[in-house]
Amino acid sequence: MVEAKALVKRFGDFEAVRGIDVEVRRGEAFGFLGPNGAGKSSTMRMIASVSPRTDGDLKVLGMDPNIDGPRIRARLGVVPQQDNLDNELTVRQNLQVYGRYFGLSRAHVRRKADELMEFAQLSDRAEHEVEPLSGGMKRRLTIARALVNDPELLLLDEPTTGLDPQARHLLWDRLFRLKAQGVTLIVTTHYMDEAEQLCDRLVVMDGGRIVAEGSPAELILRYSTREVVELRFAPGEEVPADRVADLADRVEVLPDRLLLYTAAGESALEQVHQRGVRPLSSLVRRSTLEDVFLRLTGRTLVD
Amino acid sequence: MSVESTGRVVPAWRGAWLRVEGYWAWYRRYWKSNVYSTGLQPLLFLLAMGLGFGSQVPAGPATGGLSYVHYIAPALLVSASLQNAVGESTYPVLSGFKWQKDYLAVTATPVTPGQVLGGHLIWVTLRLLLAGSVYAVVAVPFGAWLNAGAVLVVVVGAVTGLACAAPVTALAATTYDEGTRFNGVFRFVVMPMTLFAGTFFPIEQIPPALRWLAWISPLWHGNELARGVTLGGLDLLPALGHLAFLAVLFAVGALLARRYFYRRLVV
Repeated sequence: MVEAKALVKRFGDFEAVRGIDVEVRRGEAFGFLGPNGAGKSSTMRMIASVSPRTDGDLKVLGMDPNIDGPRIRARLGVVPQQDNLDNELTVRQNLQVYGRYFGLSRAHVRRKADELMEFAQLSDRAEHEVEPLSGGMKRRLTIARALVNDPELLLLDEPTTGLDPQARHLLWDRLFRLKAQGVTLIVTTHYMDEAEQLCDRLVVMDGGRIVAEGSPAELILRYSTREVVELRFAPGEEVPADRVADLADRVEVLPDRLLLYTAAGESALEQVHQRGVRPLSSLVRRSTLEDVFLRLTGRTLVD
Repeated sequence: MSVESTGRVVPAWRGAWLRVEGYWAWYRRYWKSNVYSTGLQPLLFLLAMGLGFGSQVPAGPATGGLSYVHYIAPALLVSASLQNAVGESTYPVLSGFKWQKDYLAVTATPVTPGQVLGGHLIWVTLRLLLAGSVYAVVAVPFGAWLNAGAVLVVVVGAVTGLACAAPVTALAATTYDEGTRFNGVFRFVVMPMTLFAGTFFPIEQIPPALRWLAWISPLWHGNELARGVTLGGLDLLPALGHLAFLAVLFAVGALLARRYFYRRLVV
């Protein structure tokens, strides 16, 4: 669906994307994980065929966006980072008007609008204006709008940023359904739980480069241990890293926390206590993509 | 399982027209306040200036031997049309890029920035024709028109407005702040033009040293054409000259706007 080779995007002197290779296959859910400013959105905009590449090769649906932009966009669905719905139109009008831009007939967009409002659980708001809707509803409407042309490839830029947990889960559920219908998804996110939930395969981006690639499970296996012991200390208190360093495969020192990477968390924690180290609180958990990112970049995803 | 998209590329004019359709969906919800402000406001001017103030103005050489209301009725339409056109091409265009971001939403579809621009200009023109018609009709019982040339005045108004809409749209497309420069456009261009470009009195009253300011203002060219099509007294050659001025203004504005639309939407 998407094939990028040595893809580069520069804005003046600033190099947002520094030569990345990506391949997205039909039917999969593919993720770009990384902190703000990693180059995820720039990459998405190039795939969406609204932003010309500076260098390298890019094929979307087998076509070159520089030549066939409109033909590619006709078959894409785009959910931008910020909702850009028409606030002064109704929910139904937003879907119908937008559908027409894809060359669809009036009868078709009427039918499709009903179907999509059902899908996005907005049927009872059909004749409401968009402006007063909640953030979650607007987001669902933006996604519904992106589906009006039955896209083969759906691009979602930070789909759940700013939503409450319930709204996020509802949204994820809708995305799973789409995937089950065979829609290829590309998602950018700086939430590791979102990436783990949604993505079959993902790349970790940092500073415009891809630093790792694989399925969430593969990445965790490759770059982290099975379990992590988190020791939290009072702010200002010295973190006793060297007293416990030998208990784990690897230790990460954060301002108020110590992370011990080990295959057996409980026994490591027991030994920590035996050595007389007394953290404010402790926790044994499974490794996540957050740990992978920390390992790869030395930084956390969300500050 | 595989999905096949129903989306298709839309031909150039079709894309622009689909934008008009979108504006129309919006207009159907908000037409009342619009018709009032755009169609009936110039009527208030006609009543105050044409009938009220005009009652003190004797028909003479300056008015071409006509009563004052007949003299200013066509020019008031053109002047209002120009103000509408500039208004519709400032904040609404900036909003498309910056606040509402509908231009960004639409250019994610097969519709191109050029079609978005085309849709805007066509829509502005239709609005001007509509507002001009409302004014023209409501002005009939007040005896504003001498003949059916009034219909052509509506067209001249739309043409003059469109000629100004294009460069102002280009300006809006290069505006990145909150649009404070638009106030300057209204205060230092539109307002003086309304007062001094031959709407209320012939520009021959302006000292020769400053008269060139009227000559380069699109409103004067529009006013001359508008009076010509209903009051007569306009020869073919000057008429073509006025049209050419407006056409060039439109062409330059539209080309610049097109360039700036692409520059801002394809980054």
